[in-house]
Amino acid sequence: MNYNWNWGIFFEASPEGTGTYADMLLSGLTWTIVTALCSWVIAFLLGSLVGVMRTLPNRAANAVGTTYVELFRNIPLLVQMFLWYFVLPEVLPEQWGSWLKQLPNAPFYTAVVCLGFFTASRVAEQVRAGIQSLPRGQKMAGTALGLTVGQTYRHVLLPNAYRIILPPLTSEFLNNLKNTSVALTIGLLELTARARAMQEFSFQVFEAFTAATILYVIINVVVIFISSWIERRVAIPGSR
Amino acid sequence: MRAPLNTSSAPAEPTGPMIAMTNVSKWYGDFKVLTNCTTSVNKGEVVVVCGPSGSGKSTLIKCVNALEPFQEGQVVVDGTPVRDKRTNLPKLRARVGMVFQHFELFPHLSIAENLTLAQVMVLGRDRGAALDSGMTLLDRVGLSAHAKKFPGQLSGGQQQRVAIARALAMNPIVMLFDEPTSALDPEMVGEVLDVMVQLAREGMTMMCVTHEMGFARKVANRVIFMDKGEIVEDATKDDFFGHARSERAQNFLSKILQH
Ligand SMILES: Nc1ncnc2c1ncn2[C@@H]1O[C@H](COP(=O)(O)OP(=O)(O)OP(=O)(O)O)[C@@H](O)[C@H]1O
Ligand SMILES: [Mg+2]
Repeated sequence: MNYNWNWGIFFEASPEGTGTYADMLLSGLTWTIVTALCSWVIAFLLGSLVGVMRTLPNRAANAVGTTYVELFRNIPLLVQMFLWYFVLPEVLPEQWGSWLKQLPNAPFYTAVVCLGFFTASRVAEQVRAGIQSLPRGQKMAGTALGLTVGQTYRHVLLPNAYRIILPPLTSEFLNNLKNTSVALTIGLLELTARARAMQEFSFQVFEAFTAATILYVIINVVVIFISSWIERRVAIPGSR
Repeated sequence: MRAPLNTSSAPAEPTGPMIAMTNVSKWYGDFKVLTNCTTSVNKGEVVVVCGPSGSGKSTLIKCVNALEPFQEGQVVVDGTPVRDKRTNLPKLRARVGMVFQHFELFPHLSIAENLTLAQVMVLGRDRGAALDSGMTLLDRVGLSAHAKKFPGQLSGGQQQRVAIARALAMNPIVMLFDEPTSALDPEMVGEVLDVMVQLAREGMTMMCVTHEMGFARKVANRVIFMDKGEIVEDATKDDFFGHARSERAQNFLSKILQH
């Protein structure tokens, strides 16, 4: 193989004129993290709502929840990204469509919404499974004390369900983080996109993607660390 | 002498039965779980419900606070019809205490929080007052040293006593028990029954699904025997344990009294 290794490349100025290649990758990392966090907020809230709907004793709520999950879980993420970015502005009323197209940072907002809605379908399934794994008597006990359905979920079912599903939720969070790279297809300058740009400018493909890989691994380790810290924080004394 | 468990301020004048159940029928799909169940529980009465497994005892008792919906008949609790769209069910349920076979304490909350949650959320008491009444009741079931613990740190018998205290903290006008001792190790049955006996002697209206015939003998006014979703026998304690009873009840009694 005829390859010129050059690990010093990171400290060379990038042709974009905004700093070194290292700066370029770090800005990509920042966008990856910010996109992952913002979309996770949507995924967590919407996913919890949809998951709860699937466990309610109400047919309409079940139907809405099931439809949501099946729809967003089964369409490939890449297709969803294109639908939000290219198709939605065309099918909306003209004014809204052109407002969307002119939005600064449109790839970012689109990625946040798209990932949020996609990951919500997966979070919903975890939340549903968590609630359904609780003893049936827990809901009855809450109800028998006079708590409303909402109060029973808020104070009894969800706090227990979230504790149970913390490990799978962590892996959904990590999936969501990895999925941010799909947004490079709509022009989000996240980590993978920046590594690719670096490779195109400098031809140092190995260095660029090695650096990206290491950065992804570091975030993963940090997330797992935080998750196990949360797990210890919320552990219930005397259980298991 | 222990202080009274029951701090309810229910009206004193006898205005009909506390629980009146008329022709209650219930189906799960095609399967008829309850058939024309009619009975009543008067103020201050202790009624024991027994019968073979699957006979519908739990279902019957859960109809009283509409934890289980039923398709026919009516249950009236202290004058309030349960099967009526206008009835505010959470409000009604808050006045009907219920104790479950598997305790169903909230595992993520401390004992103190288990006792105060519904007082604050449902009755709108402020935290201090809720804690006061919770602690008083905890003391009366002999567990005040455990307020800061979590359910998983208590024995089954202790958890069930907390569950009783949690129900009493709502100042219920009637208490429902669904096999409160059948998930317990034998050495813990007594401590829970003691609390229930004390409660009965203080005049609490109680409907208890239980096979503890010693408890029934001690405090029950009436015994209801169920089989295949029907109330086969609804007799005074003396009649039930005496001679006049159906063959099915006799069979059942001879089986459980052997042990
Ligand atoms: N959710 C349900 N769906 C269908 N059938 C049910 C359901 N719950 C209970 N049943 C059936 O209804 C019948 C009565 O149940 P129930 O729990 O009231 O009996 P039980 O007398 O309390 O029995 P046990 O002594 O075992 O607690 C049983 O045959 C049971 O299988
Ligand atoms: Mg039962």
